[in-house]
Amino acid sequence: MADRVKIFAPCDAAALSVGADDVAAAIAAEAAKRNIEIDLVRTGTRGMLWLEPLIEVETSKGRVAYGPVEPGDVASLFNASFHKGGEHKLGHGAAKEIPYFAKQERLTFARCGVIDPLSLKDYEAHGGIAGLGKALKMDRADIVAEVTESGLRGRGGAGFPTGIKWKTAAAQTADQKYICCNADEGDSGTFADRILIEGDPFCLIEGMVIAALAVGASEGYIYLRSEYPHAAATLRKAITLWEEAGLSGRNDDGSPRFKLHLRMGAGAYICGEESSMLESLEGKRGQVKVKPPIPAISGLFGKPTIVNNVLTLAAVPEIIAKGAAHYKDFGMGRSRGTQAFQLAGDIARGGLVEKAFGVTLRELIEDFGGGTRSGKPVRTVQAGGPLGAYVPASQFDIAMDYEALAEAGAMLGHGGIVVFNDSVDMAKQARFAMEFCEIESCGKCTPCRIGAVRGKETIDKIINGENRTENLAILEDLCDLMVDGSLCAMGGLTPMPVRSAVRHFPEDFGG
Amino acid sequence: MTKLIDKLDHPGAREICAAHKNKPDALLEVLHGVQAADGYLSDAALRTVADALNISRAEIHGVASFYHDYHRKAPAKHIVRLCRAEACQAVGSEELAPKVEEMFNGNDDVAVTTVYCLGNCALGPAAMVDAELHARVTPEKLKEIVARLGDA
Ligand SMILES: Cc1cc2nc3c(=O)[nH]c(=O)nc-3n(C[C@H](O)[C@H](O)[C@H](O)COP(=O)(O)O)c2cc1C
Ligand code: SF4
Ligand code: FES
Repeated sequence: MADRVKIFAPCDAAALSVGADDVAAAIAAEAAKRNIEIDLVRTGTRGMLWLEPLIEVETSKGRVAYGPVEPGDVASLFNASFHKGGEHKLGHGAAKEIPYFAKQERLTFARCGVIDPLSLKDYEAHGGIAGLGKALKMDRADIVAEVTESGLRGRGGAGFPTGIKWKTAAAQTADQKYICCNADEGDSGTFADRILIEGDPFCLIEGMVIAALAVGASEGYIYLRSEYPHAAATLRKAITLWEEAGLSGRNDDGSPRFKLHLRMGAGAYICGEESSMLESLEGKRGQVKVKPPIPAISGLFGKPTIVNNVLTLAAVPEIIAKGAAHYKDFGMGRSRGTQAFQLAGDIARGGLVEKAFGVTLRELIEDFGGGTRSGKPVRTVQAGGPLGAYVPASQFDIAMDYEALAEAGAMLGHGGIVVFNDSVDMAKQARFAMEFCEIESCGKCTPCRIGAVRGKETIDKIINGENRTENLAILEDLCDLMVDGSLCAMGGLTPMPVRSAVRHFPEDFGG
Repeated sequence: MTKLIDKLDHPGAREICAAHKNKPDALLEVLHGVQAADGYLSDAALRTVADALNISRAEIHGVASFYHDYHRKAPAKHIVRLCRAEACQAVGSEELAPKVEEMFNGNDDVAVTTVYCLGNCALGPAAMVDAELHARVTPEKLKEIVARLGDA
């Protein structure tokens, strides 16, 4: 009898949204019908989302990919002996060699789409747990020093140096410290946290355990947005498996030494802001708090708390395992390592691109993304989420790093890149930025709570052609006020998309 | 004599609170639990939660009204959550939304609501129908999806 064939089908939410479960079922049924013995392994996604459901088959020449596969294609795939790597019109050859994937630098996402997300055996076989193993033998201060040396900066949006944050928390004396993972991922155009959690949850957990060792924390929380029920299910199982395997240590009573809790958000964008998130974790309204004190000194329940984004924490195991220098080698200037860029909106090849800082926007949109899905010309992209700037095509040669983007009046945020074709109405987009702020404002300060409403009304007047020049001046004034007078970046950055739209596309504002 | 609180007690909510050790910081989890069971947050449930967690009803109301997820009225049988954030706008969610609303207009079993990002931004317009995520939705596709649910 021939060897069993290993077939990989994704179970990432995006892949499921285009029918991956039906395809997996069809493959199992067809194999049974043909008496072909297969092992069907469910993986996360490699992030080539336009090819999902992307099915892979293990062959002597490595894993061969087919996609996008529909249930109706399955019989013809078997006819073409795809289970032996046979040729088929949906075939892409070796999965690793697909240019979109081959041109990336996969550090944090190395295992995503490759392994069974809930197999600790797979995780370890692909380099997992090596970082933790090393960290356990290191001095706390050395772990912090390694993270500092790597140049890792927060991937949640603000880009704050992670090592400095950890050092502050480590220096506090307290009976209890917390590690909180920010998995609120509210920015439109972003899904990398979700892909990591669904495709390699142990990597995040390992990062949190290393953080706990580094600062001396005994409890951790993951604050996950409620819009991600599928990620929640995966993460819940992963935490149990991890703790049962004793990978978070054990107390005398058998409980894990570092206890991890999963908490769900409740549909509030502002709860991604760290102080609001901590309030929410305490069971309160997600109202932003005045800083100082910073969470690293007084955070959750008033205790020293590390708040880091999913991807910040998930970068840590690799940094510890391979050393700071290896990570730092990627990137440019003060932006070290890799960034998960997410190509979204009207894009032909939408998905996840993990690449060293310094890649240009044009390379991302054109080389990786293949331009628009609609075939229309690209007019603008919004980079960095709903608080990020609309970047005009004339600026697409900009290098993607924190400083270069800031200089161009834009930001990287969480790495989302939303592509718009030439039918976009920029006045409408500016209006939406204000409207979104109105809907999601926590209400604590006036420039944001009231400013957003006035901003929306003023843009409506501009759209309706009422006293355009005057109202554009009012809008400009209002933006100044929001930037200067808002307590957090919700109100403080909403002017960024608004102003960039006005500046780069005056023709859409009657100018 | 029965106290008002007894009359309005909600045993299910009390159980959920107990499962969270009646800890006030678990309020969001408790409300999620109650809503998962009942579909919404009734007055009786909120009174019971206030009593069990020993927090004021005003505070609970503050929390329940702050977060978009919590509903104070019984929802429709099926909920279509259409993403109307930027990445989905870029592929036509704003043109799609009125069509979908129109399509389910008069169907009391289906509520169409707005959500800002479902994390499926490369394959928009995205929608969540009950707990299931969908990609590149069109009115026709949504109609089919909802029809399938109706059979179940
Ligand atoms: C309105 C607003 C929304 C935010 N949303 C998120 C989010 O969804 N995820 C996240 O990690 N950080 C978010 N942040 C940034 C956090 O406040 C915080 O800087 C971050 O979680 C720190 O982790 P990092 O240093 O690892 O990036 C948001 C900030 C603001 C002002
Ligand atoms: S800027 Fe807006 S969201 Fe931030 S604290 Fe003020 S009101 Fe709240
Ligand atoms: S913007 Fe619609 S799913 Fe993200």
